Amino acid sequence: MSDAAGNTMRDAIQSAISENPVILFMKGTPDAPACGFSARTVAVLEALDQPFAAVNILPDPAIRQELSALSGWPTIPQLFVGGALVGGCDIVMEMYESGELQELLGIEAEAPAAEPPVAEPAPLTIENLL
Amino acid sequence: MPVSPDELKQRIEAAIPGTRADVSGDGAHFEAVLEGPAFAGLTRIAQHKLVYDVFGTELGDRIHALSIKITPTEAR
Repeated sequence: MSDAAGNTMRDAIQSAISENPVILFMKGTPDAPACGFSARTVAVLEALDQPFAAVNILPDPAIRQELSALSGWPTIPQLFVGGALVGGCDIVMEMYESGELQELLGIEAEAPAAEPPVAEPAPLTIENLL
Repeated sequence: MPVSPDELKQRIEAAIPGTRADVSGDGAHFEAVLEGPAFAGLTRIAQHKLVYDVFGTELGDRIHALSIKITPTEAR
């Protein structure tokens, strides 16, 4: 891939991160996650009824390459809120269980979430914007 | 060469001074439970990056998946 192509991809990823308040880069789609870590992260967002944009990184290896170059984060999934990297599955789960994620997303805290959520129907999906 | 939990444990403990690592895994998916003073005062992102930096491009490749749980401890 040429540098120009890399920059175009990186620009597209940066735009997607800037334009979507909550965006998840994942393996597969919210309806059909292709990895357990992506599935768990989707399940957390759905349990919170949090609308989010989702980008499947699998169709083009350049997406992951440029995303990680941009974020400095090597693994997938990656959740961004308000243009900033929140983290991957481990961090999202920890923040969900502690209530920090709800706070970050501006969601009223309900009863403490003891059990990991189970996947529900998919929210808004911007499929393969990139 | 396959990756062993013990290799990950030793490399994390060698690379991040004062850290105690408990690593389990099946050769592809690993779970690391870490505690140490090096993580104190860092954001979660920075804590995890400390660990990711130990393995660089091996993550997602040789080390298929690494789940991390970190407890910062007081510096002694």
